[in-house]
Amino acid sequence: VQMPVDSPCLFVIVGKNDNLIYQSQLSAQKKESATHFSQFIVHSSLDVVDDLVWKTNTMYLKAVDRFSNSNISAFVTAGYIKFLILHEKKDEDGIKNFFNEVYELYLKILQNPFYQLNSPITSSVFDEKVKSIAKKKLDL
Amino acid sequence: IEKLNSEQSTKVGMSRGSVNLSRVGENTFRDIEKLNSELFTLTYGAIVAQLMKDYEDVEEVNNQLEKMGHNIGLRLIEEFLARSNVPRCQDFRETGEVIAKVGFKMFLGVIAQVTSWDPKKNEYSLIIEENPLVEFVELPDSCNNLWFSNVLCGVIRGCLEMLQLRVECKFIKDVLRGDDSTEIRVTLKEIIAEEIPVGED
Repeated sequence: VQMPVDSPCLFVIVGKNDNLIYQSQLSAQKKESATHFSQFIVHSSLDVVDDLVWKTNTMYLKAVDRFSNSNISAFVTAGYIKFLILHEKKDEDGIKNFFNEVYELYLKILQNPFYQLNSPITSSVFDEKVKSIAKKKLDL
Repeated sequence: IEKLNSEQSTKVGMSRGSVNLSRVGENTFRDIEKLNSELFTLTYGAIVAQLMKDYEDVEEVNNQLEKMGHNIGLRLIEEFLARSNVPRCQDFRETGEVIAKVGFKMFLGVIAQVTSWDPKKNEYSLIIEENPLVEFVELPDSCNNLWFSNVLCGVIRGCLEMLQLRVECKFIKDVLRGDDSTEIRVTLKEIIAEEIPVGED
């Protein structure tokens, strides 16, 4: 089942100081305002994530918050970097696989000696790969 | 001294038979102690990143990397000769084959190709197909003129200097910079002592 074209699907990576490291609108989103709104929703779920992190051993936190008909799922790395995804369709397995694959990419970024921890990821290679993983794992 | 054609180029003529340099390289590599390659690449990357922060000028960092390499090369040659037991090179081009098939293999675990040999200028190129130093590295835009692996040029220069050959060694291409290959150009400038004939009959 394909997600409707204008349903938002925002993926963000948030650093240790709640700073934005990376974001990508994974679905075909026409309105700029929709992205800003999605960012706001994702940001407001950070407190919930901070709580849940201490209650579980795994990095994948599943769905942490809801807003109208959108879900926010989270994945927190061992270094406390947060991956968050705002999505409407329930697809726990797809999202878990997506998070795991993006995590592998993130580890490679960390191994670049020129990348400073907690700073924005500007690599276009990373961006393309995230989008292609999204297409494969999330039916987008 | 005959000019070696490319098929024979990995063999060195000796009075008792020929030596296959690729095999020497592999055997030496097999017997030498190994270290985790991630530790190695992360350490080297950290050095380069720190040099960039300290000097801020890309040309100066290139220089520093070359100097570091030179320092290493002056001392590395002893270990190289002791472990590999390669016979003496008959001409300058052979130094390239030995560096590419034995030196690189021993210390980096990969071999290089010797190409673009110019007998008049006593020059050759070393093409490195897989450079272990650059795994995971992406050059930021501010470092476009950085030769990330410049330490290798210094090492080659230092090693050959201990063998009485003064060379100039520099990068011409690097895949990190978007080029299609990684290439080092080695040029003989001067023979420091008279005893070793290079490229003469």
